[in-house]
Amino acid sequence: MTRWAMVADLRRCVGCQTCTAACRQANDTPPGVQWRRVLDMEVGEYPEVKRAFVPVGCMHCDDPPCMHVCPSTATRKRADGIVTIDYDLCIGCGYCAVACPYQARYKSDADVLRKNVATKCTFCVERVDAGLAQGLKPGVDPEATPACVNSCIAKALHFGDVEDPQSNISQLLAENQHFRMHEELGTRPNFYYLWDKAP
Amino acid sequence: MSFGPKAWLQAHWDARAALNFMLGGTGSGLMIAAALATAESRVPVLLSLVLVATGLAAVWLEIGRKLRAVNVFFNPFTSWMTRESFAAVLLFALGAGALWRPQWFLPAAAAAALVFVWCQGRILRASKGIPAWRAPQVGLLIVSTSLAEGAGLCLLFTTAPLLLAWFGLALLLRAIAWTRYAAAVRSTALEAPGKALLQLGTVAALALAFAGYWVPAAAPLAGAAAIATGLWLKFALVTRASINQGFALPHLPVRGTR
Repeated sequence: MTRWAMVADLRRCVGCQTCTAACRQANDTPPGVQWRRVLDMEVGEYPEVKRAFVPVGCMHCDDPPCMHVCPSTATRKRADGIVTIDYDLCIGCGYCAVACPYQARYKSDADVLRKNVATKCTFCVERVDAGLAQGLKPGVDPEATPACVNSCIAKALHFGDVEDPQSNISQLLAENQHFRMHEELGTRPNFYYLWDKAP
Repeated sequence: MSFGPKAWLQAHWDARAALNFMLGGTGSGLMIAAALATAESRVPVLLSLVLVATGLAAVWLEIGRKLRAVNVFFNPFTSWMTRESFAAVLLFALGAGALWRPQWFLPAAAAAALVFVWCQGRILRASKGIPAWRAPQVGLLIVSTSLAEGAGLCLLFTTAPLLLAWFGLALLLRAIAWTRYAAAVRSTALEAPGKALLQLGTVAALALAFAGYWVPAAAPLAGAAAIATGLWLKFALVTRASINQGFALPHLPVRGTR
């Protein structure tokens, strides 16, 4: 069984926002809408200060609250783990946006393609599907890999099948210590953050 | 985090969504109070339906694709918003029946109203992205405010002893629900409305309701105090206390290891 997931290596991310720009170009999002963005976080007080650049977006949770609350069934989860939105069904009620603990959902009247409906990162599902149809491997072949991952200048972002023990991201997760954001909420995100090598 | 994106006030649901909780809650509570105390009168039933409809119309104005509103009925399996919509349909059908034959339909309409307001509480509780809404105590808070406000509004139509007793019970239940909620959720936005709810909406309203046994004019004042404080609290809960989850890192990157 395939389960697509993303890995962000916090040690490598330099906060250049190239992934943000690539996502916006690939998905034609309007001003103010950033399906992939990079947070600049600073923790501590001088001289004990640490800084982290943190890519965020839809976490494609295994138990997505956005899907459960959606009254129109526009939000669904595919068998491969990708959470999708049917823009023709969505009524733009915003319930998914308040249910998402990752602030990953947007609604914009400036969005020509998806006017006033909920939108979010799709893991570039069209690229993944088109690549698979051509026999390519998402996460390895750029034509089948999300735009943000392709564009990352520091090789901080990775994409692959977390159920495949031989995949690029499974190996990264095995070699490094990692966490998922807001894990206490039980949403089981498919977005992992690497923070240190394995002990 | 000393620098970075702090949690912020959600902007997806504004006063229009709040109106659904305020008017829908008061209308539902009025239907329940009417079933208990004014079974002969149709005016409270009509007012209840008008309030619920106005609340739903307000939230309809908020959705992005208004002509697709019917899609709200598509997910009764997991969505409390869909369930609220079905409960509203049931409430309007039974409410219309209660306008025709109150003695036949009013108890069922009151049950539908209770289901409707229960769904409203669960809508908030299912909003995992908003800590002030997802607290388990929010369900009882929403239901009890509805009961208190509805009973308070019903005091405009009658000051029957049974209604006064129901009003007093609802006020006590609401005060308990608020106290439990406030113990679990810390929100500066709710401090003033919470204090008003306890002092004006509970203590003063109970005193006025008690006086209502002898001075009927005092009872509507008690109702007004209960309604005003309950509506203020729900407005603040939806539009002012709705700070989102924000972002947090359980570990910071250890650099120089790869």
